[in-house]
Amino acid sequence: MNSLRRNPVASAAWLLFAVVLVWLIFAIWPEWLIDILGRKKTFVTTLLNGLTLAGLYFLVASGFTLVFGLMRNVNLAHGSMYLLGGYIGWEVAEATGSWIFGAAVAFFALAIVGVLLQLVVFQRMQGDDLRQTLVTIGISIVAADLMLAVWSGTTYQYQPPEVLFGATELPIISAVRSNGTEVFLKYPTYRLTVLFVAIAVGVALWLFLNRTKLGMMVRAGVDDREMLAATGVNVNLVFACVFAIGAGLAGFAGVIGGTALSIAPGEDIRYLLASLVVVIVGGMGSVSGAAIGALLIGLAEQFGLAYFPTYGVVLTFLIMIGVLAVRPQGIMGS
Amino acid sequence: MTEEQSLLSRVHPGWWVLGALLIVYPWIATDFFTYQIGGYTLILGLIALSLMILAGYGGMVSLAQITVAGIAAYAIPIFGENSVDVLGLGWPGWVLYPFAIFVAALFSTLVGLISVRTEGIYTIMITLAIAVSFFFFARQNYAFFNGFQGFSGVDAPRFWGVYWRDPTPFYYLCLAASAFFFAAVAYGANSTFGLTLQAIRDNPRRMSALGYNVIAHRVYAFFLAGIVAGTAGVLLVLFNGRVSPGTIGVDIAIDILVIAVVGGLRHPIGPFVGALAFVLLENFAIDLIDRERFNTVIGLAFLLVVFFSPDGLIGLWQKAAARFQRPSLDRASPTSASETSDKLAKADNS
Repeated sequence: MNSLRRNPVASAAWLLFAVVLVWLIFAIWPEWLIDILGRKKTFVTTLLNGLTLAGLYFLVASGFTLVFGLMRNVNLAHGSMYLLGGYIGWEVAEATGSWIFGAAVAFFALAIVGVLLQLVVFQRMQGDDLRQTLVTIGISIVAADLMLAVWSGTTYQYQPPEVLFGATELPIISAVRSNGTEVFLKYPTYRLTVLFVAIAVGVALWLFLNRTKLGMMVRAGVDDREMLAATGVNVNLVFACVFAIGAGLAGFAGVIGGTALSIAPGEDIRYLLASLVVVIVGGMGSVSGAAIGALLIGLAEQFGLAYFPTYGVVLTFLIMIGVLAVRPQGIMGS
Repeated sequence: MTEEQSLLSRVHPGWWVLGALLIVYPWIATDFFTYQIGGYTLILGLIALSLMILAGYGGMVSLAQITVAGIAAYAIPIFGENSVDVLGLGWPGWVLYPFAIFVAALFSTLVGLISVRTEGIYTIMITLAIAVSFFFFARQNYAFFNGFQGFSGVDAPRFWGVYWRDPTPFYYLCLAASAFFFAAVAYGANSTFGLTLQAIRDNPRRMSALGYNVIAHRVYAFFLAGIVAGTAGVLLVLFNGRVSPGTIGVDIAIDILVIAVVGGLRHPIGPFVGALAFVLLENFAIDLIDRERFNTVIGLAFLLVVFFSPDGLIGLWQKAAARFQRPSLDRASPTSASETSDKLAKADNS
């Protein structure tokens, strides 16, 4: 309400935008609109694809931004963690036949890797961010090469659980046949699940940061590390916890992303880049910033692919430059 | 004249010996060593030197230097000649080569403009994002960059009766460029601009308060580094005869960072030392380990250096030299490892 009174024009614009978007999704498109934007099915599917991709990006980037916010450590091995999580989850899911068990193991395995990294590497060079960054680059080089040695260059594809197989019919009319029957839009169930998982993780993170004691310590640590240590909190323990959550989320995202798309060498760099752009756009260290950045980048990438395929990547890049030019600290950065 | 003589006499005699060795090198080495080792080392060293200018003197670690070199490398077949049926405007060499370098320097300036408002690790991330974005752009774009395939059939110039891709002339070409930029950087580091840049690295806020235009100095450093990287890019495309997105991939960008850091960011000779170590490892590590695991070796070497000698191989050398000299002269190497990491940390934290 406050922001509405302070910024009536911007609020009205947002409201109008939301109304138009809802209308675009649910209304039956008239001919002139189809002439401009193409078939409605393409538009809505692209929108959903963008949202799912944004969900996936958020899962990867939230861990990245959490670690950065607290420790000022840019973990450029974050993409390697995503890939390692994907491989571990795949192995476990193959061996046990349970996808969910694979995802859980990927989360905990990477959480342990994260704690080890924090204890063995980062604790030794606390406050020396450039060196930490260089070390994570070295780790990602070695990790990528060793993973290539173990899992070779082949592409791995997961089998999602039975329940999530197939497509769901959405209450969205994509077109009306000439005989008057309405055609409803279908969308893969698994991808919808990705979206819900991302939202659930986002809400859980928010609750963790804002409603728990540990979350309170994390937020205090983001604001002032020394002061938090001075109040008697074991900062190293908090750091290790946050690193575990961040790395675990990356590993979990590896399973989720590996099921939605696939797991192959090179994905580590792709998701590292995605996380970088998402947190640069959203603002380093802010979880809500990561959500906004992921939405922008995911949607831009998918709409770019659908409507001007050659330069989809460049669109992402232009968004990044635009944001940097106006707000170098990112949309939600302080 | 006297000033110039005093300038030359200030050069340590060791450099003259090194220079002489580098000049006679092709007479004693085989063609393979002259071209594949010598030439390639100097090219990689030049690209890493452009990173060293930014990181060592400016405190801005840019991962986009290979992209800048790649712009110049792409400009040669696009505006010159290539064997692929895409563009190839056939400009004459005397326009083409300076133009390619200039375009690269402009691109570098642009990278600078985008990234200088950020500090330290942010710069790394933004330049990495730029490098990867350009990689994808070049891979997708067929109208200008011929997509995945890139360009092949780039020929080296022939003049003064010399074909400049023959090992010995090409080596001398690289050596001349390297020597020129090495001397320029070594001299420029003590110029007004060089000193201001280093002061900005150490404390941008204070320099800003003193009335220096921090952003302009940083952007100009990007422009100068762009000239170095652009020159290296032209040499690179002549060396390979081709250029493709693989030339500017993110793995190469990281290789350049590895080279610069392993060599040492404190002195302009560092990048060349790092490049030599890298090229030797790349060519001869196959004899020791599986070719496939080369990246593990490189990554571990990089980790070891970052862990134990933040000043790279140059730092090790200086430490050894200081220990050797201490008994006779109390004129130890001016910068110790810890001092440097302090400075780097300060440059980031401020």
